[in-house]
Amino acid sequence: MTAIEKLKSAFVTALEISEQEVNDSLSYSEHPAWDSTAHMILIAQLEADFDVMIDIDDIIDMSSFNQAKATLLKYDENLSFE
Amino acid sequence: MANWTELLELPVYQLNKADKKALFSTELFKLSQHHYQSCLAYRRIIDAVEPRFFFKENQPPIALAANIFKHHFLSSVEQQNIAKITTSSGTTSAQVSKIALDKENIARQQRVLTKIIKQWLGKKRLPMLIIDHPNVIKDKRSYSARGVGIQGLSLFGYHHTYALNEDMSINEDAITEFFSRYQNEKVFIFGFTFMVWQYFVKALQNLARSYPFKQGILLHSGGWKKLQQQAVSNDIFKQQTKQVLGNIHIHNFYGMVEQTGTVYVECEQGHLHCPVWSDIQIINVANMQELPKGERGVIQVNSLLPTSYPGHAIITEDIGILLGEDDCQCGRKGKYFSVLGRIEQAQVRGCSDTQN
Repeated sequence: MTAIEKLKSAFVTALEISEQEVNDSLSYSEHPAWDSTAHMILIAQLEADFDVMIDIDDIIDMSSFNQAKATLLKYDENLSFE
Repeated sequence: MANWTELLELPVYQLNKADKKALFSTELFKLSQHHYQSCLAYRRIIDAVEPRFFFKENQPPIALAANIFKHHFLSSVEQQNIAKITTSSGTTSAQVSKIALDKENIARQQRVLTKIIKQWLGKKRLPMLIIDHPNVIKDKRSYSARGVGIQGLSLFGYHHTYALNEDMSINEDAITEFFSRYQNEKVFIFGFTFMVWQYFVKALQNLARSYPFKQGILLHSGGWKKLQQQAVSNDIFKQQTKQVLGNIHIHNFYGMVEQTGTVYVECEQGHLHCPVWSDIQIINVANMQELPKGERGVIQVNSLLPTSYPGHAIITEDIGILLGEDDCQCGRKGKYFSVLGRIEQAQVRGCSDTQN
């Protein structure tokens, strides 16, 4: 599985949405499924799948699918979501 | 409106009286203007109570009674911009407070809460034990005060473990697993005061069980009324909690759903401290005048956070006493105070009292 597939899969699992909905325009609180509860589930999923521990400020700032890519890249520079 | 990028950079507990007053009088006045312009109900209240309010610059805000949010839905944003409505628990009354929040206000509450809690927990996330059952955050559309509290604090933790089952019995397996894994690490334990006492400390005592963590911090909140009825003081609470959880740090905090975000955390001296973004006054309700240090009165809370609802100045239903300002032995600046209890005949409304 590529990194982008893994990331999409984490979003699908954590937010309980379809894969079509996971795209670059997906953002926190814009999609009804991505609320504050789902956000913490998503963080736990990303941490498990990418083997990282995300800082408190980064959790707050991770407000979109695109931002999630940027955040994960910060923790693992070998990742690529191209 | 306030420049929140700058406000968020302020040190949490370092502003002295003069600096804080300068900041607060202008920012609170701006908020009064904002809500006057944006919330018709608020405007009617101000016009009725003090028609000449805006004749003078930087007037202290006219505080609304907390229970107004039970009877009126006050919003300073358009209906379609309300992202979430938080409610108080409202155990004994069918009426609950309803607080209208837009995205900006929710984000600001979370950021401010984060700044404050980091002062006590540190910057790193910690393994987290929650003294509640997981279903308390299941209803996504409308959070109870308990849900708001757990939700807001859960980002300071990882490996979130709920210590109770849905019937409020102890989930021994879950706690034992958590303990065996993290007993030597710094852990974060959170719960509502009454729940921690009744369903955790007392329950563990009955089972003759203890989990002596080597290090950790228990934050708890939500009203002392039921504990006072059982004659449980803060000292007894701390002492007996340490008997089951080891020599951890225990901090109570005071806050309310009407001003989510700005919590008042108890320091090492046992005093509740105002963060830079909010302030308290002790009010004599007979004449609505502010009382000096050392006198009992009703607590008024002023906060710079509320923009989507006119809750920047609220008369609570709690009795308190101002202990001092800028000179607590713990070294933190700002006002520090104690909460003594609820106003007599006030309906029970504390967050922790939702479980019967």
